[in-house]
Amino acid sequence: MKIVVCIKQVPDTNEVKLDPKTNTLIREGVPSIINHDDKSGIEAALNLKEQVGGTVTVVCMGPPQADVALREALAMGCDEAYLLSAREFGGSDTYATATIIATALQKIGYDLVITGRQAIDGDTAQVGPQIAESLGIPQISYAEEITVEGKDTLVVRRQYEDRYHIIEVKLPCLLTALAELADPRYMHAGGIIDAYAKDITVLGFDDLKDSLNPEHIGLKGSPTNVFKSFTKQAKGAGTILTDVSPDEAVTEIIKKLEEKYII
Amino acid sequence: MDFKLSKTHLLQQEMFRRFAENEIKPLAEEMDETEVYSLELLAKMHKYGLMGIPFSKEYGGVGGDYLAYALCMEEVSKMDASSGITISVHTSLACSCIDSFGTEEQKQKYLRPLVDGSKTGCYGLTEPNAGSDAAGQQTKAVLDGDSYIINGTKIFTTNSGFADIFVMFAMTDKSLGTKGISAFIVEKEMPGLKVGQNIKRMGIRAASNCEVSYENVRVPVENRLGKEGDGFKIAMKALDAGRIGIAAQAVGIAQGALNEAIKYVKERKQFGKRISSFQNTQFKIAELQTNIDAARLMTWRAASMKDNKENFGPAAAMAKLFASKMANDVCRDCVQLMGGYGYCREYPIERALRDAKITEIYEGTSEVMKMVISGSMKIF
Repeated sequence: MKIVVCIKQVPDTNEVKLDPKTNTLIREGVPSIINHDDKSGIEAALNLKEQVGGTVTVVCMGPPQADVALREALAMGCDEAYLLSAREFGGSDTYATATIIATALQKIGYDLVITGRQAIDGDTAQVGPQIAESLGIPQISYAEEITVEGKDTLVVRRQYEDRYHIIEVKLPCLLTALAELADPRYMHAGGIIDAYAKDITVLGFDDLKDSLNPEHIGLKGSPTNVFKSFTKQAKGAGTILTDVSPDEAVTEIIKKLEEKYII
Repeated sequence: MDFKLSKTHLLQQEMFRRFAENEIKPLAEEMDETEVYSLELLAKMHKYGLMGIPFSKEYGGVGGDYLAYALCMEEVSKMDASSGITISVHTSLACSCIDSFGTEEQKQKYLRPLVDGSKTGCYGLTEPNAGSDAAGQQTKAVLDGDSYIINGTKIFTTNSGFADIFVMFAMTDKSLGTKGISAFIVEKEMPGLKVGQNIKRMGIRAASNCEVSYENVRVPVENRLGKEGDGFKIAMKALDAGRIGIAAQAVGIAQGALNEAIKYVKERKQFGKRISSFQNTQFKIAELQTNIDAARLMTWRAASMKDNKENFGPAAAMAKLFASKMANDVCRDCVQLMGGYGYCREYPIERALRDAKITEIYEGTSEVMKMVISGSMKIF
């Protein structure tokens, strides 16, 4: 099975602090990591490879610094790595990003594509599903468990808030991985040496331009634009109702919900 | 001269750091209290290559260098010095003897499982009456047909409680003094090998460290390392390399302690302010970090010299001499910075101070380090 895992290098939000003046994230000096959901995707892919054979290719769109994320994936056991990096790709929103990655995937080839559910810096959860749509393949997001049935069929447990679905899907398809899908292994000390001995294929604009519409990439090709990122202001302490019967409490709560136009 | 780590080393260091924080740190306190090393943790260290770093892929090792091994020792020891010595004795002492002096058959049979994650090794040199005076070996190996019969007692054999392979030393010809000592590879299953109870110690309490007695242990001639009489040379060569590991361990113990103390002083308030805002505290921390950095660079230098096949012995001895004293001083000052809480077993800092002491003693005492260093300076 040729499995391709799409990963993103993100700032380690455990280390990120808020600028008290502007209420935005301070990114300088923050270490970079592989997005958690994506890393579980890598682990799931490596497990599938151990079960049924095949290869695991890892793809990352990002600046040249993303090289170290790909080396980490190789050191975990992935077979080959691609970095999608070009000036023309900069400023891409989720649509443009998915367009670029899908174009690269068509060139690389795949039986199964795994992406993370969402990145901890963007939090949109859009890129995985957009890639699937672009490629015209079926998708299952929020994958909690993957089982292989026969040569080209997967059975996937899809998580919801209060339930799950068991879904059968034929390859080729795309899955978005939850962090719960698999507990990622560490890099192997020797795997790191092997990782740096391998070549990472860099695909830039020229490598993909035959199939890429320049109007759909980069800042200009992005239908959406991130205006500002900020954390929510802390809410007030709230109101505690004491010495009320359950019926009185319900009446009060309904009144408040109506006041705030929630119902 | 480039003092920066390569990309490979940086990523390896990152891996060691994450492993130590996530896998070792949560177990360290309990292992120290119960004096039992976690075999599950040992298996994980084997699985991710922490136990085979400076050995060739040809034998199933990681294919790394001594600098990578020193980085591993530091990151691991920041969290737990017992894990550090478990790795070090296995790597620098047991494995390196076979790697440097083993025949091809011995390497395939014994080195491979030691470095590919399957087996753990230990090193039996010290005896109740032979410590710094290693030449005073009383354990005997007598040739009997196609095997040697070994009798004697070794003490302070780290890892012996769970080791599979024992690299040990015994007298084959007492009349030749140091040139009468030979080295042997003994397997745990060989009849007559008895591992005693864990010896109760001040520090590195989680590490397995026992008395091992050899009662008429029959060891095939093929298991002798090198020629008869090579034993002392083999033992000393292993210890030369081991010193780099111990220096790195000392650096890790000290840095781990200082990191904890810094966290504490940034939180702790007395006299209306955080104690980190007092200049005395700031100056003390500056001194401690300076000394840790100095020891680290000496350790890296010794490791790089070994990797470049230079005569690294005196450099390694200097690194261990300096780093071990530094670690004791730094840990004592860190306990002081943390005051009463520094003295409580609830915090890891008192364990760091107890652990630091042994780095001035094992794998060659500080006094022996001075013998090595002054000997290399040709002043007498």
